Amino acid sequence: MRVPMTEYLLIDLDTERWICRICAHDFGDARGNYKEGTLVYDRDPTEIHPPVIDPEKYEFTFSPDPTFCRILEFYCPTCGTQIEAEYLPPGHPPTVDMLWDIDSLREKWEIHGGNPEEVINYGPGENAETDLSAQFDTSSAHSHAHRTEGH
Amino acid sequence: MTLTTDEFVPSSGNDDGAAQLLTEQEQQWVDKFMDETTLFLGPDPAIMRHHEIMPRTAYEEKCISEGIDPLEIDRIRKRLAGALDEAFEMCESMGAAPGAKWADLSCAVYTAEGDVTYLSNRGVIAFSSVLHHPIRYIMKNWKDEPTVGINEGDGFFHNDSRFGMVHNTDQSMLVPVIRGGVIIAWVGATIHEGENGACEPGGMPSGSETPFDDGLRASPIKIVEKGHLRRDLLTFLQHSTRDPKLMLADIKVKMGAVRRIMDTVDRLIDEVGQETFVASLRVTVEDVETEVRRRIGELPDGTVTFNQFVDSTLKENILIKFACKITIKGERMIVDLTGTGPEILNRAINSPLASTKAFMVQAILSYWWPDLPRSTGAMSPIEVITEEHSWADAGYDAPVGQSLQASFRGFSALQSAFAKMQFSAPQKYSNVVAPWFNQINDFLWGGTTQNGEQVGNLCADLNGMGGGAKAFRDGEDAVAPLFCAMADIGEQEVMEEEVPFLQLVSKRLVRDNQGFGKFRGGMGYEMMVASRGTPSWGFMTVTSGSKFSSVPGMFGGYGCPVYPLAMVKNVNIYDIIKKDPTQFNLSMERVMNEQPFEGGDYQSSHMGLQFDVAKEGELYMIAQGAGGGYGDVLERDPELVVTDLELDRISAHTASTMYGVVWEPGTYVVHEEQTAQLRAQMRRDRISRGTPYKEFVQKFVQEEPPAELHYFGSWGQDDDENLIATHWGGAEPERVKGKLAELPLIMVPDRRVLKITKLEARVRELEKKYGEVVAHKS
Repeated sequence: MRVPMTEYLLIDLDTERWICRICAHDFGDARGNYKEGTLVYDRDPTEIHPPVIDPEKYEFTFSPDPTFCRILEFYCPTCGTQIEAEYLPPGHPPTVDMLWDIDSLREKWEIHGGNPEEVINYGPGENAETDLSAQFDTSSAHSHAHRTEGH
Repeated sequence: MTLTTDEFVPSSGNDDGAAQLLTEQEQQWVDKFMDETTLFLGPDPAIMRHHEIMPRTAYEEKCISEGIDPLEIDRIRKRLAGALDEAFEMCESMGAAPGAKWADLSCAVYTAEGDVTYLSNRGVIAFSSVLHHPIRYIMKNWKDEPTVGINEGDGFFHNDSRFGMVHNTDQSMLVPVIRGGVIIAWVGATIHEGENGACEPGGMPSGSETPFDDGLRASPIKIVEKGHLRRDLLTFLQHSTRDPKLMLADIKVKMGAVRRIMDTVDRLIDEVGQETFVASLRVTVEDVETEVRRRIGELPDGTVTFNQFVDSTLKENILIKFACKITIKGERMIVDLTGTGPEILNRAINSPLASTKAFMVQAILSYWWPDLPRSTGAMSPIEVITEEHSWADAGYDAPVGQSLQASFRGFSALQSAFAKMQFSAPQKYSNVVAPWFNQINDFLWGGTTQNGEQVGNLCADLNGMGGGAKAFRDGEDAVAPLFCAMADIGEQEVMEEEVPFLQLVSKRLVRDNQGFGKFRGGMGYEMMVASRGTPSWGFMTVTSGSKFSSVPGMFGGYGCPVYPLAMVKNVNIYDIIKKDPTQFNLSMERVMNEQPFEGGDYQSSHMGLQFDVAKEGELYMIAQGAGGGYGDVLERDPELVVTDLELDRISAHTASTMYGVVWEPGTYVVHEEQTAQLRAQMRRDRISRGTPYKEFVQKFVQEEPPAELHYFGSWGQDDDENLIATHWGGAEPERVKGKLAELPLIMVPDRRVLKITKLEARVRELEKKYGEVVAHKS
């Protein structure tokens, strides 16, 4: 049984591993920190939030100050999906943002009885209905590029 | 000051065991002595540090034991909801405060012990959900006090957030429902009044350095006695603020609104009986608490951590942490703020604990479980761990004039973390959504109007926050403030009849002001104001987030940019436009980059501007903030990207380098194949530049913050009890470490003194360099 835990991460309750929902990359022990299985990049925030007013003339420009703020980008090592983008002071340890009780998770889904990949959606409302099943199981979606650019 | 009497533990001064304890008679003497010699009754920790619903009173028990018909209780709730909404609309229509006109208010019904049973459907949840504190204070201290007492027709006023209020700009009217001499319920109305006599106009002073700078400090007082507004106290309140007309008008408005709720309450009691009415109030509170426990139980067990870093005291840039770990275990939820930075004793950003919790309620009832009756029961089962004298749990002596800086972070901690907490839950009651914008990027103002009146208040644009992206659609632009789902950003033209300034640019979206993502956050707009036709006027801004983004994104999406304050002083834009109407082509980007007005002094700064005298035609420019983005930018539908591009919401640079879209210039037709190729290459580039986590951590993580950063809070999350702080004990700041209670008192030196010191040193350096001998006298 696999439980979608975020937009891009599943927990496989049989193997107790964090799995990429896009490409099945194994990020590690589901009882631990999924970030340990990612690639990380220390992004200069001015590259993401470019200045609107001239940085040559002004200190405050719409761009974060790189001496105050960095953006850590966490990538899936196999498909390159950006799983998380964390805003941190330079040198601050990355946040262990989620730690789950796997025994409890398994128990709750056993009691529920449904398939999490079919049951879970984005909440109330018709437009929140979605398919959060593993992308790597869908033969037509084996090509990640095809899946995302096929609009 | 005696903070509390019932928690006082008498001691003989000798720890010699039971033999030395006071006898019952001696204890009575001590209690009597303490009661009679209390200097004054400040905020009571026994009240202020607890948010749980009260135990059933004997009377409530009796009422409930007589039997409950759920359908009848539902009918009573609906009648109350109707009455509260009607009262809300009365305040909105008649309120003199700008905030009232834009829905910055709420009305509520409370149990006799002060638990919120039901709030108006519109308005600010946090306002009413904090008022159990003052009701409990009134019940504890004034009910049996011979000089005060509580009688039919009485009404109590207060605004001091240390007694339970979101912040000191808000003013309440709390009225008891009395039957047969017994208080059986309360009704109340609260409005963001704005002006409160603080050190700066508008009621939210970013410049306050002591609690005495925060303005009016009204503990709960009986302003209405047996239906009559007490003129002596009213006069005192009017004399205490800059806008006596506002004070008078809105006290009357609140009295009227509360009277309307009372009419319904009276009719309901006549119809269903007093016992059923009391039972329905109590059962609603309990039902909500029970349902919240059940819903917590539906969430996965585990811990979600969401840390925030705030970059300003509103006078200078620092970095102060708002730490939050939320743990779920069965039906228990624990919100732990340990690791949050210490209070800063001469800056306005600290928040009383009750205000911080009020915004947690806001997140719960607006963004987690908006279908629940809006009751105190929603927060009651949630345990909160904080340390008193942190900036999210400020002590009595800390200024709290801009407490929203900390309390809004209490909102964001819960709202943002919930996307992760609820994602895997089989049953959801709200959508998965990225962080909402959380700053009031807005102009506060004050001075003399064109009509000769003294005023101090704010623009409605604080209600134009960008919404966070949802998991399935873009966030909405300038949709609503985090604290009020159905607020209004007002009619500028109407306001201009009352205040002497124009919004020369209003509601124009700023290109690239987005939280990028698969779905982007709602955008913010820019505002440009200039005073006109006034003998004295000034503006203020009161937010952080000019160096460190205020909100991040979710699941790979990016956060909002940062926001500067831009000004052009020493110009009169009205003269310029009159002479050359083409100069009306105003935008922050053009004005600041091209500097088109000769002789203008062009400045940018962070968004903490203390009251700044605005001469006629000088330009002040800010931008409203954006919500966080959701998901990987490379998953965004290319058609959505070019639509934003065509509408000038994003730049070509963003469309290509951020979103990886290739399009035909002029027609905006997406080249699908080239886009797919570019995106595939961008994913390969990520893999190529990314570093394995452990290797990255070894390189990136430092033992402590960079030396030049004035940092406050824990570093990392493994040892949240130990904090780092910056202490100005001598001439230079020093870094101190330890548990919160071990840290020295934190006060920040006057930035102007620091600047003068720096300039003086430079003068001496130049004198030495050029051999000029100057006798400096102190």
